Amino acid sequence: MQAEGPIKSFSLQADQILDKQLRERLSKKPFSKSSIAIRTCGLLLTLLTIYAFISFDYKDVNFIDALLLTMDNLGKMFFDPHLKHFNFSHALFQVLVTLGLAFLTTIFGAIIALMLGLLAAENISSKPLSVVIKGTVALIRAVPTVLWVLIFAVAAGLGSVAAVIGMTFHSISYLVKAYSESFEELDKGTIEALQASGANWWQIVFQAVIPSTITYMVSWTFMRFEINFAVAVAMGAAAGAGGIGFDMFMASGFYFDLREIGAITYFILLVAICLEIFATRIKRKLQVLS
Amino acid sequence: MSADVFAKKRRNSLLLFLIVGVATIVSIIITEYNVAKGFTSVPKAVQWALSNFYPTMDSLAKLPDILVKLKETLLISIAATTVAAVLAFIFAVLGSNTTKVNRFFGSISRGIAILFRNIDVSVWSMVLLFSFGQSSFTGYFALFFGSFGFLTRAFIETIDEVSGSSVEALQATGATYLTVISQSVIPSTIPQMISWVLFMIETNIRNATLVGLLTGSGIGFTFNLYYKSLNYDIASLVVITIIISILCIEFISNYVRRMIL
Repeated sequence: MQAEGPIKSFSLQADQILDKQLRERLSKKPFSKSSIAIRTCGLLLTLLTIYAFISFDYKDVNFIDALLLTMDNLGKMFFDPHLKHFNFSHALFQVLVTLGLAFLTTIFGAIIALMLGLLAAENISSKPLSVVIKGTVALIRAVPTVLWVLIFAVAAGLGSVAAVIGMTFHSISYLVKAYSESFEELDKGTIEALQASGANWWQIVFQAVIPSTITYMVSWTFMRFEINFAVAVAMGAAAGAGGIGFDMFMASGFYFDLREIGAITYFILLVAICLEIFATRIKRKLQVLS
Repeated sequence: MSADVFAKKRRNSLLLFLIVGVATIVSIIITEYNVAKGFTSVPKAVQWALSNFYPTMDSLAKLPDILVKLKETLLISIAATTVAAVLAFIFAVLGSNTTKVNRFFGSISRGIAILFRNIDVSVWSMVLLFSFGQSSFTGYFALFFGSFGFLTRAFIETIDEVSGSSVEALQATGATYLTVISQSVIPSTIPQMISWVLFMIETNIRNATLVGLLTGSGIGFTFNLYYKSLNYDIASLVVITIIISILCIEFISNYVRRMIL
């Protein structure tokens, strides 16, 4: 689209300046495969959005009233928070519990995902094994974390065990994908050089694969830790996993206390922002190193 | 000298392992996680799933109902993502270092994005439940706010990465601000941005299940209904429909990504 304008208006001069081949290439560019894909994609998404708004289940909610009420609620939450059903130290401890849940799932997930990721990387494992592991992992990832937790809750009972195992499942599938993709980016020559010198599989993994991808692995793992914190809050609310999420669920579902939700939100927000700043800092430091 | 370096390295990694180990033990204690139970419950869950958690012929009768709810959830996720993407683009242009109008607007739009990103969808859904009740709006706005924050961060990074030099080139020719945006920023970043939007739609469908569980709407509520009433065969059918729809969307978005990037 951008190429058309200038060429048309200067067509006389362009005839002389640009040779035919170049002009053809310039005029073709707007109709390349990728621009068609982009336009179709945009159009489809717009149409689906319009259709979604038409087909919504509005249930006689007066939109303007509800919006004003939301504003009012948000105002109460953020400008007038209080703690009524528990005190500050309890809230702090519950935040630690939620962080603990996130930490456990990330560590368990990372250890298992490291082993599976090595087996799933095509260049250091066999092709059929890689396909099987990647397929299984994609299937596990497709199920939302809540559903994993609830499924495990039938066997283990509601609580931290079901939550940790369910969340670990999802972390494993996420990290296996991330790890195996960064292993596959490894230069082929490095592995070949080690193989030629007679190194065995473990030596290749520990001397070449892991040292050269450790920066990616650390930043992916930390990113997963951030996600797991948010998920742990949600699991406390939806699956009785304990931690600050459960207190929030009680405040909203049983006490209908917006001000308490506001206070809890501040706690969560504070931890989440700290984690984000920490993550950006780690990423920057690792980028400098590598 | 070199021995020192190795010794230092070994000490550092030992220290790191120690810290991680202590943190793990502390986490196990405060979350009251039972390690032995954790190990034994995995085979138990598999055994239970194999004997109960599969759809039977009777449960197929519920399939039309489930599909209606699934369609509603999918549409909400898509609508929330696209509208959030448009708004996120405006904020990203204002917040990005290459295209910001001035420092003040830049930090304000980034601050808003940080706020929205770090409040989880579960929090939004519980707050919105007070005012919007169990209508589609609750889920829609919960997903909308979450996607808005995430997409703003992603778009800012994309704009900074991709369009630095072309923006400078256009500014040097004396192009106005809007021309720079429409002729340089949008064309150079749109493939990346569509890729992010598709990723967000995938994530939102998963999150929609969670929001549905908490607010009593959509596919999450359907699952919860049959799960709590111990109709595990129908609940498993719900899970299977979710898996199929997410895998389909993943396939479509991978295909589109290959075409545009």
